[in-house]
Amino acid sequence: MAVLVIAEHSGDALKPSTLVAVTAAAAIGGPVHVLVAGQGCAGAARAAATVAGVEKVLVADAAEYANGLAENLAPLVVGLAKGYGHVLAPATSFGKNVAPRVAALLDVAQVSDVTAVISPDTFERPIYAGNAIATVQSKDPVKVVTVRGTAFDKAAETGGSASVEAVAATGDAGLATFKGAELSKSERPELTSARVIVSGGRGMGSGENFAILESLADRMNAAVGASRAAVDAGFVPNDYQVGQTGKIVAPELYVAVGISGAIQHLAGMKDSKVIVAINKDEEAPIFQVADYGLVGDLFKIVPELTSKL
Amino acid sequence: MKVLVPVKRVIDYNVKIRVKADGTGVETTNVKMSMNPFDEIAVEEAVRLKEKGTASEVVAVSIGPAQAQETLRTALAMGADRAIHVQTDVETQPLGVAKALKALVDKEQPQLVVLGKQAIDDDANQTGQMLAALLGWAQGTFASKVEPGSGTVSVTREVDGGLETVELRLPAVVTTDLRLNEPRYASLPNIMKAKKKPIEAVSPADLGVDMTPRLTTLKVVEPARRKAGIKVGSVDELVDKLKNDARVI
Repeated sequence: MAVLVIAEHSGDALKPSTLVAVTAAAAIGGPVHVLVAGQGCAGAARAAATVAGVEKVLVADAAEYANGLAENLAPLVVGLAKGYGHVLAPATSFGKNVAPRVAALLDVAQVSDVTAVISPDTFERPIYAGNAIATVQSKDPVKVVTVRGTAFDKAAETGGSASVEAVAATGDAGLATFKGAELSKSERPELTSARVIVSGGRGMGSGENFAILESLADRMNAAVGASRAAVDAGFVPNDYQVGQTGKIVAPELYVAVGISGAIQHLAGMKDSKVIVAINKDEEAPIFQVADYGLVGDLFKIVPELTSKL
Repeated sequence: MKVLVPVKRVIDYNVKIRVKADGTGVETTNVKMSMNPFDEIAVEEAVRLKEKGTASEVVAVSIGPAQAQETLRTALAMGADRAIHVQTDVETQPLGVAKALKALVDKEQPQLVVLGKQAIDDDANQTGQMLAALLGWAQGTFASKVEPGSGTVSVTREVDGGLETVELRLPAVVTTDLRLNEPRYASLPNIMKAKKKPIEAVSPADLGVDMTPRLTTLKVVEPARRKAGIKVGSVDELVDKLKNDARVI
């Protein structure tokens, strides 16, 4: 049975999350098909056709798919799903919104946020914010799976020569209307996709003091994050929060500044490849997970680090 | 309008969880349990809608073992008017929970269901979307702002690149993200008052719902431990390690 990947795209290009899902699809085995649904998405469809390992691209180009509304996308996917053993989506805000709606309409369970494919019906996934790893098996006829973006490599964008086939649109469900988006204009990368993250905790002392972290972040082309303690203290807005109740991140490099390392914070960042901790308290739990720890005054260390990079 | 708020009892977010030695799951015996933090935000939002006069009644629902009633008491102390407990000792999974909630929605006829975007135990992030699917309703997931209008609700959603706003036809399902509000602490008088508020008990069979788990957990293990790191003595040493050993800068 083939695997269907629901593509996340910007109309003219695929999002990296889609390439990750293609790799997971290839690990499951069987031909990989990619569904590109949107309005004016021919560019993304062409891009999907050249991705290594993709056999067929299905394109649903219609106004009702313009903004990725789950209410309109789910019936399209459900109509196609019967011919597939698996339906995969990236575990991004797009995929997390659509996939469970598809699964429920198919009356099947969903396996969320998988980090490894053990066999076509068995997957590993983190639970308790990554503090435990569960191996779960699905016996449902169609397995709906979302794929964690940090867990698989991206499929090569070239090398494939898939056929492209148009599929009929399913119409507007009339339930939801897209009103607009306010995408972050920050020059900095997003927390969940950044290669480097610089995070501050209660030790920053104030919101104004985050300026030194921002300088460091700019030097490293990093995103800026924070611990729950820093958010609760009002230093930075809630969307900076890395942790069990905030964003789960796994960058190449995570620099924790003035963060003691509460469990709830560690849960959100301990899968980072390299962790650096800067803290004046040498007993701080953050040092137990840090690859490189530097004990001292962050107000001296951070500017020095910025100047030496 | 009536608002239904499903809440889940989970291990408190401050507890360091322990994986059971036999690999069958996570130890929950003698562990502090609390309401799922995202569901607390959902209760808060519903209670605020009532305080503004938009909601007429807030009904909390929990699906789980007998102790789920404690979680419902918390919701009642925060301001929910009454509660429904769907009692089951079977492991709850999102599809089964969504089916039970659908049965309750059919009975209670709320205009809005508000629930957490995910529970911090299984991290599934499915129940709200599944419920919306089964009901054929619109879904506003990962909400950071909820503004009911006439026959519609405007929901600002936290998406990966920022925010987006959708207008949903009512009735609808909304799932809450962190920025939506800061949940209140229940005051002592309200905790006392909550003890007198009604909790109705039903079973999945009463609702005609099959909640048998679909996914089998084969094993649960601790994640690979990070190998112990080193302390560096200076910024220069740190930069050197990052450049030459870790090769991340």
